[in-house]
Amino acid sequence: MKTPKFLLPVATAGVLALTLSACGGGGGGTTGGGGGAGGGDAANNLDGRGPITYVQGKDNSNVVRPLIEKWNAAHPNEKVTFKEQTDQADQQHDDIVQHFQAKDASYDVVDVDVVWTAEFAAKGWLQPLKDKMAFDTSAMLKPTVDSATYKGTLYAAPQTSDGALLYYRKDLVPTAPKTWDEMMGMCSIAKENKIGCYGGQFSKYEGLTVNASEAINSAGGSVLDADGKPSLNTDQAKAGLENLAKAYADGNIPKEGITFQEEQSRQAFQDGKLLFLRNWPYVYNLATTEGSSKVKDKLGIAPIPGKDGPGASSLGGHSLAVSVYSKNKATALDFLKFMTSEETEKFYATQGSLAPVLGSLYTDATLVKKLPYLPVLKTSIENAVPRPVTPFYPAVTKAIQENAYSAIKGEKPVDTALSDMQKSIESAGAGS
Amino acid sequence: MATEVGPTPVKAPASGGTPVHHGPKGVGEDNKILSQGKWATWLLAPTIIALAVVIVYPIISAIVMSFQKDAGLDPATGLFTAGGPAGVQNYVNWIAQQCSAPAGGTVACPPGTLGSQFWSATATTFFFTVVTVAFETVLGFWMAMIMARTFKGRSMVRAAVLVPWAIPTAVTAKLWFFIFAFEGIANKLFNTSILWTGSEWPAKWAVVIADVWKTTPFMALLILAGLQMIPAEVYEAAKVDGATAWQRFRLITLPLVKPALMVAILFRTLDALRMFDLPYILTGGANNTTTLSILVINQIRQGFNAAAALSTITFIIIFLVAFIFVRFLGANVVEQSGATGKGKK
Repeated sequence: MKTPKFLLPVATAGVLALTLSACGGGGGGTTGGGGGAGGGDAANNLDGRGPITYVQGKDNSNVVRPLIEKWNAAHPNEKVTFKEQTDQADQQHDDIVQHFQAKDASYDVVDVDVVWTAEFAAKGWLQPLKDKMAFDTSAMLKPTVDSATYKGTLYAAPQTSDGALLYYRKDLVPTAPKTWDEMMGMCSIAKENKIGCYGGQFSKYEGLTVNASEAINSAGGSVLDADGKPSLNTDQAKAGLENLAKAYADGNIPKEGITFQEEQSRQAFQDGKLLFLRNWPYVYNLATTEGSSKVKDKLGIAPIPGKDGPGASSLGGHSLAVSVYSKNKATALDFLKFMTSEETEKFYATQGSLAPVLGSLYTDATLVKKLPYLPVLKTSIENAVPRPVTPFYPAVTKAIQENAYSAIKGEKPVDTALSDMQKSIESAGAGS
Repeated sequence: MATEVGPTPVKAPASGGTPVHHGPKGVGEDNKILSQGKWATWLLAPTIIALAVVIVYPIISAIVMSFQKDAGLDPATGLFTAGGPAGVQNYVNWIAQQCSAPAGGTVACPPGTLGSQFWSATATTFFFTVVTVAFETVLGFWMAMIMARTFKGRSMVRAAVLVPWAIPTAVTAKLWFFIFAFEGIANKLFNTSILWTGSEWPAKWAVVIADVWKTTPFMALLILAGLQMIPAEVYEAAKVDGATAWQRFRLITLPLVKPALMVAILFRTLDALRMFDLPYILTGGANNTTTLSILVINQIRQGFNAAAALSTITFIIIFLVAFIFVRFLGANVVEQSGATGKGKK
């Protein structure tokens, strides 16, 4: 095995660099080849019935399996197979992308994160839910439906939702602040008690996109306008991002806040080190039941504060979409209806603490007894703004994260950060 | 090793390379060897085909893709349309940090786009490579010297040293993520309040520390193997001649361990140049810890073809570094192992 000398570096570098090139090449494929809104794959198999596959991330709270067993018992000829993915959102996304690119008919119904809907729809992978495939969303909360809609067409059925809540210390703050300024005014209480005032998720990751968009939306601004164009050069957007930057500079957001993700911020609040915390509903259960929690009986919940009233939460959650390549779309549609029925939604809420998309359930007495945050969460979701609905979401979230992070840390003025954000998003939309 | 150049060494013996080598052995054996060569070709064929499918094909398709435009959006339907050929535009965009302008044409990439991070990512990658490999070489050498001695419990030490290397990088990264958290052990232990993952230099050092912790054992073991090739008599003779410990180290250990050392450094350097999971999990690429590999992965989520161009650029950078090592610094993986073999005889 005598290799010519000049080839050695090739071989050595080759082996070690392979992963890289393979990754770059692995995605491959053509985009946009699929069916448009009317024709192509989207017009096929609309009456198809038979067994289908449902794809979703890890079923952590074991809610999906019982539901599928129930469906299978009732539909022996149209059985559903559950394909469970990892619990990493990025990997779920990439797995779905790979199957769609290969026009794989074995992924019939997929669970899509609200921020993926536009991208998948624009690639022509999701069956538009109209005409024969029409799906009734009238009982669902509007922002959840908006998050499943792209260019005026519904592409997915909202299944679960999620909105931000403001947790606060009842023992130190008698009434929850309604506006941001009011909340900042209460930070002197935090100083007297030698704790941090406000915590959110400000580490540079998806959570920062959520927090920064919330700040901008709550101040009356918006990241994208109705046409999907960035609209960050406004006074409202500036006021919103400045709220965060100023709070960090003043120390109202503690110094370590810049490293917080969901869990670190929850931990800090549970340890009694924060007066206010912006986080998702999951915190409620943990903070009131975990043995180590120091705020068990002192926990108040309120909608996040805005400019003159409740702020605009970013919307989380998942929807169900039918693949355009599915062979059994009629069955898939029935399954969508089953998985978003009132009964299912109730089961999700009680078993998995997953926020329903049906407005009526938020006032359901038995549910509220079990999940006392539901009425507050309803306000949060009703006022929520979906994160930017755009097929270029990965580039948009990157632009928001990078620039908001610099602005909050005080590395660049809020004005510059916003105009950079604006330009970055424009450039992403222009294609490369 | 031979994956990239697979077909070349295999064809060589079949087409007469080997017989020339064994020429003096006689005519009769020539045929036998020739048929052995054929035999070898047949036996190796499945491997070569498998390698071609899983390695050569992706590389070629990545290079082909890198000359295609990324999909754009049709404003009327809101659907993506295929991009078409791009020439070398993807490469130019990365190197000149050019992004598409909304009005058409290109502009300098605004901060917040991946395109604006190319040169800083390159600098970060090289910073990590130089600093971590330097630390790992020194520490690894020191650990190898200790392990080469005979003492009670040596095998225990050797096994224990391997633990950090045996842990998957993603797990290591998560481990150090918790250590470097604001309320983490690092700050508690030294009674500091450093934002390890929240500001530039601490974040960079956090990555360096975690990487050194993880890969020094690898370095130590490679160097240890080199040290053990040095016959004990050489040292004894030097001692008799009155050489000091420092002279023995400088004049015997260093030159004789050099081949193994260079190979170890080469491996670690190439590895460090494609560092991905450690900074990705530890800092998310914030505060100037984005390496080229992180940039590639982020770009894949935004457009495959530009990502293919970037991964090809990364490939070329790694290739050049390997080339320099092999040609000018004597880290010759194959030939040196032959040389040491001769020396042993």
